[in-house]
Amino acid sequence: MDKGLPAKREITFETELFGSKTFLIYVEPVFSKAGETIGINYMGMDITDQVRKRERMIKIREEIAVQKAKETELNRTIHITEETMRAKQMLATMSHEIRSPLSGVVSMSEILATTKLDREQRQLLNVMLSSGDLVLQLINDILDLSKVESGVMKLEATKFRPREVVKHVLQTAAASLQKILTLEGNVADDVPIEVIGDVLRIRQILTNLISNAIKFTHEGKVGVKLYVVPEPPFAKEGSQHGSDGSTVNQTTTNVPKEETCTSTSQTSSDQRGFHGKKHEGSCQNRSQSEPGTPVMNGKIDVTEEQAELPETTVWIRCDVYDTGIGIPENALPTLFKKYMQVSADHARKYGGTGLGLAICKQLVELMGGRLTVSSRVHCGSTFTFILPYKVSLSCDHSDDSDDPDDLSDMDDHGDSDDDATNGFFQFQPRTLGSLFSSNGSSRTQKLLAHNIGHVNSHKINGFSENYCSFPTSNGQAKEMDLVEDACSVAEALEISSEPECSFSHSPDHDSESAICRGRRHHNDVNAENKVSSIDVSTYSETSREVDVKVKISEPQLPAERQGRSDSGSQSTLNTSQEVSNSISKPKILLVEDNKINVLVTQSMMKQLGHTIDVVNNGVQAVRAVQCHSYDLVLMDVCMPVMDGLQATRLIRSFEETGNWDAAAKAGIERPSPSSDSLQPDCTPPKHIPIIAMTANALSESAEECFANGMDSFVSKPVTFQKLKECLEQYLP
Amino acid sequence: MDFVNQLQRKFIDYSSSLHREGIVDDQFTQLRKLEDENSPHFVMEVASLFFEDCEKLINNMAIALEQKQGVDFKQIEECIHQLKGSSSSIGAMRVKNACIAFRSFSGAQNREGCLRCLQQLSHEYSLLKNKLQTLFRVSVASRCLYVCLVIFCRENEHAEPFPDVLVFQLEKQIVAAGGSIPRVH
Repeated sequence: MDKGLPAKREITFETELFGSKTFLIYVEPVFSKAGETIGINYMGMDITDQVRKRERMIKIREEIAVQKAKETELNRTIHITEETMRAKQMLATMSHEIRSPLSGVVSMSEILATTKLDREQRQLLNVMLSSGDLVLQLINDILDLSKVESGVMKLEATKFRPREVVKHVLQTAAASLQKILTLEGNVADDVPIEVIGDVLRIRQILTNLISNAIKFTHEGKVGVKLYVVPEPPFAKEGSQHGSDGSTVNQTTTNVPKEETCTSTSQTSSDQRGFHGKKHEGSCQNRSQSEPGTPVMNGKIDVTEEQAELPETTVWIRCDVYDTGIGIPENALPTLFKKYMQVSADHARKYGGTGLGLAICKQLVELMGGRLTVSSRVHCGSTFTFILPYKVSLSCDHSDDSDDPDDLSDMDDHGDSDDDATNGFFQFQPRTLGSLFSSNGSSRTQKLLAHNIGHVNSHKINGFSENYCSFPTSNGQAKEMDLVEDACSVAEALEISSEPECSFSHSPDHDSESAICRGRRHHNDVNAENKVSSIDVSTYSETSREVDVKVKISEPQLPAERQGRSDSGSQSTLNTSQEVSNSISKPKILLVEDNKINVLVTQSMMKQLGHTIDVVNNGVQAVRAVQCHSYDLVLMDVCMPVMDGLQATRLIRSFEETGNWDAAAKAGIERPSPSSDSLQPDCTPPKHIPIIAMTANALSESAEECFANGMDSFVSKPVTFQKLKECLEQYLP
Repeated sequence: MDFVNQLQRKFIDYSSSLHREGIVDDQFTQLRKLEDENSPHFVMEVASLFFEDCEKLINNMAIALEQKQGVDFKQIEECIHQLKGSSSSIGAMRVKNACIAFRSFSGAQNREGCLRCLQQLSHEYSLLKNKLQTLFRVSVASRCLYVCLVIFCRENEHAEPFPDVLVFQLEKQIVAAGGSIPRVH
């Protein structure tokens, strides 16, 4: 009214009868002719419905936006997952491809190391070897990690003796120790003599932690302490993954997604803690997923199951401690992340891939345990992992005791008993040599001898396919078994080491390259050595225990690397497989002197599905035709010794006359008749299609080719198209 | 991921530049087709063989041309023939053309001309070797990196998605190949 202007407004009334109603009020002043406001026009519209509709529209639009966002996110995830799958596939393939030539390099270097070299050469070679090993190790680590993540890794359950594992790992570490450090191991008395677990993985974890400790400790000691603890709180909780309820000093705050593989397999409600198969048949934790592992069903189930089965679970805690440089507080949270090193400087100074701890953590958690760390800078660090182990109550099996037949000349009953109960060891680097020579060799013999008789009690030290050439005859078959076992195990866990003096008469210690090659040649070797495959099948899975040598990830190399006598033969074995006999396929002969042309043509033919025989000049071509019957001949024209034109003439003369007189006149002796499909002289020899391969030189004109008996020609360079046309035209 | 795509593009660009500049021709493309899971490094293998062969032949020709008593042009012609055959088989176009030019001089028994041609041939060979080696290095490195990236990139959105070492190496190679490093994120 005051302003004299119309106005409209929305006003909401609360009515008792009809609820909340909204009206659109329009008011306008009415003016008299004179301009005075004399009243108002008032209009009201019930727009309640419209308002409601409006609000709903807004809500709907919001929902649509949210939905769209979810969709894009989902699509993105799908893409990423697909890519990841493909990439992992590619990684596995590529890793193998990278590994193969690398192991070739490493093996060759090892062979080279056995030859006479001067000091400088030897030094260079050592660098080569250590670099190669390091890269191989990196690849193995990456492969391991992706395997654990993708859930492909399966856990074993084997009986083993913790004291021996600890002792062995320390021994191995001490053997390649280059610093003045004391290595000690202490196994508490309440730790059972034998437990059931995945000894390989445990060994891997232990070795990794110890090698880390050694790497970062320059003086003082590195040690392992093993003792029994009561069931930790995290095992009882179990429902959330990532709950760090254990009493140990927890520093792993961020739980990476990979853990879902382990945790969800144990915590998702549709799994009763037995076969937690969330992923493609993975995360299988057969015997371990029984009592004691974190089962979210609560304590009741645990005790129930415990009552049913004749085995108990014991939780053993392992501390790997050192007096090294320590880890700063701020680095602790990211310590177990992949590729994380404490700092860039650390990475540069100490090397390493940053993958070891990530792998350890995943493995520990996969087995139902926890890995933690506590540290003080300049004082030292302690890495702790707690794992559940099953213990068989019927502990003293007959297979534990020594089979007297296999003992041959060794008196080591005393040894094994000591090992079984002895809980304390200490190793110093220098004196280790004597320790091994007095103890090691006999121990080695004992171990080897025990292999067949003992299914589990003694650790069997590593192997390589070299052991094929092992001098001891009774050891031979056994080593092959080890190779077989190792190879199949090593496929999941590729680590190896070179304890340089573990074997007094071993030609060498293996390395990853051996295992990798062992894998490749695995089939070859097994095909040759039937003994191994038979023997392996007689081993029972659960009680067999095979150790894989573990590698210390130090950049320095142990002093001696002895060569392999049969590695050369092994590699040729592989290449010889490429020469296949195509009895049913058409026989094609390539006559070409230029190596590169041969390689290219051969590869193209291979892709077209044919394997070809190759000779390098006209004389060889004639001889080849004399010995075998070919369906097609590709003949280069310009060749040394005898060119293609003359060779063709001679072959044609044989076809026309039925004899090789012309060839003999040209100086080619007829070889003694071979059994391979020689045409008998009574029937006229078949006309072999001969294709000239010309380089378009003046002396290689088409007419000349035809005049000399060629059926056709292709001009170089040879391409797929040309070859395909030839084959289509001249092969039936 | 964008970084990887750029990397791959760089690789493709580089390899097409080789074709454009005439350093390799269609035959090289044929060779690339021969690479599969069974022989994943075929091109590299053939190229290495070729490099060895080429160096030997160039050497022999150089020695032959230096003979004071008289140049054995027949031997030189044989070497040229070999080299022409090999280079043509792997698609090394400029090397092959250099051989063709060389042949006419050797046919004419022109020592000076031959020396010039030999020099030209050496130059073309070095160029080829250089370019191909770079191509191989980048291709292998980018394959590695791609794989690592894809697998581990998604895990850590905050932290570095791939090891510094690999990145550094790769960057060096890309720069060496004449490329530039895009800044990511």
